[in-house]
Amino acid sequence: MSIAGRRAAFLAGAAVLVALLTWGFAGLLPGRPAGPTPRVGDLLASASGPDRHVVDPVALVGLDARSLDALVAAFTVVAAVAGTTLVLRARPDEWAGHALDFATGRRVPPTSDAVRVLGLGLTPPTVLFGLYLVTHGQLSPGGGFQGGVVLAAGVLLIYLAGEFEDLHGLYGDRALERGLAAGAGGTVAIGFLGLAAGPAFLANALPLGRTGDVLSGGTIPLLDVVLGLGIAVGFVALLTTFLHQAIVLRPLGARR
Amino acid sequence: MTALGTIVAAWLFAIGLYGVVTSRNLVHLVVSLSVSQASTYVLLLAVGTRAARPGPPARAVDPVLQALASTDVVVAVVIAALLLALVVQVHKRTGSLDPDALRRLPE
Amino acid sequence: MTVLEAVLLILVAAGGGCVALVRNPLRQAMAASLFGSLLAVLFAVARAPDVALSEIVVGAVALPLMILLALAKIRGGQR
Repeated sequence: MSIAGRRAAFLAGAAVLVALLTWGFAGLLPGRPAGPTPRVGDLLASASGPDRHVVDPVALVGLDARSLDALVAAFTVVAAVAGTTLVLRARPDEWAGHALDFATGRRVPPTSDAVRVLGLGLTPPTVLFGLYLVTHGQLSPGGGFQGGVVLAAGVLLIYLAGEFEDLHGLYGDRALERGLAAGAGGTVAIGFLGLAAGPAFLANALPLGRTGDVLSGGTIPLLDVVLGLGIAVGFVALLTTFLHQAIVLRPLGARR
Repeated sequence: MTALGTIVAAWLFAIGLYGVVTSRNLVHLVVSLSVSQASTYVLLLAVGTRAARPGPPARAVDPVLQALASTDVVVAVVIAALLLALVVQVHKRTGSLDPDALRRLPE
Repeated sequence: MTVLEAVLLILVAAGGGCVALVRNPLRQAMAASLFGSLLAVLFAVARAPDVALSEIVVGAVALPLMILLALAKIRGGQR
C-alpha cells in the first residue's frame, strides 16, 4: 500500500478510534458508574499514618500495598539494560579507539571552562538531592525510582561537563553489574524476609518506628534504597553503553 | 482537568500512532511510540484526580495511580533505550533506516 | 480545573503533535525534550509530585540523550 493510501486508511480508523477512546475514557472518570471508587485510595491514604507510620501514601502504595509492581519494575529494568548491552556489544568487525567526534571526523574539542565549572559544580547538589529523595521516600514525594533517576542524572552531568573519559571508564565495570543485581536481588531478598517473618512475600516485616523519622515504615525505606541503587546503576549502565557505542566504537577500515 | 485530560490522552495516543504508521525513519518511529506511552500517564492522572473534598489529602491524585504512573515512566524510557539499540544495530546491518525497506530478514 | 492545568494540557497536546509530526529525528529529539518537560510541569501542577519527579529527569534528559547518541552513531556510520 502506498504511503498516501496508508495515511488515508489510518486517518479513517483513527477518527473512529479517538471518538471511541474519548467516550470510553469518559466512563472511567470518578463519579461515573464504571469510575474508580475513591475508597481504596482514601483508605490507603488514611491508613498510612496509623498502620505503617509513613507520611507519604504514595510510598505506602508503591512499596507496601503494591510492592510486587516495584519488584516487576526492577526486573524489567534489569532485563532492558541486559538486552541493550547485549545488542550494542562490540562486534568482530568493530574496534574501540579514542573518543572521536565521529560525525565530523575530528577530535573532540576541549570543553569550555564555563561548561566544565557549571557541570562539575552542579553534580554534588544533584547527587545529594538524589540521595535525599531515595532516603526520604516515605516522608515526602520521592522514593526509589525518583531518587534513582536523579542520581543517574548526577553521574550524567560528569559527561555533559566534558569529562567523558571518567564516565567512559565505567563501561563494562563489574560494579555496574553488581549494583544492578543488588537492586533486583535485594528486592527479592527483602521479599523473602517478609515471607519468613510475616504473612506473605514482600510483606512489611521490619519494626515500624515512629512516624516522621527517616527510619520509619519497616521495609519501605529499605526497598527505597535498594530500588534507588538498582535504577541509578541501570541508567548509568545504559548511558555508558550508548556512549561507548556512539563515540568509541568504529568499524574496521574507518580512518583513525 | 478530567474531561479535557481524557480528550488529550486519546489525542496523544492517536497522534503517536500516526507518527508510527507514517514514519520513514526508525528513530522517528521510536520517539513517536514514546508519545503514545505518554498518553497513558495523562489518562492515569485524569482518572485519579479527585474533586476537592474535606479532609486529607484534598485534591491530590489518587496514590494508587501515582505509584502506578511513576513506575510506568521509568520502565517506559528503559524500553525506549532497548528499541533505540535495536535501531542502531539494524542500521549497521542493513544500512538504511526506512521501515519500508526492511521487508525481509537479512540472510 | 484551573486555567493553568487547562493551558498545560493543551500545550502537552500540541507538544505531542509536534514530536510525532517533526520528521527530522534530530529536531524531534529537541521536541521530545520539551515535551517531557511540559509533561513534568503538568504532573507537578496537577498534584502528582512523584510522577513529576520521575518524568523530569527521564523525559527531559535521559531519553533525548539516548536519541542523540543513537543518531550520532548512525550519522557516523554513514561516512
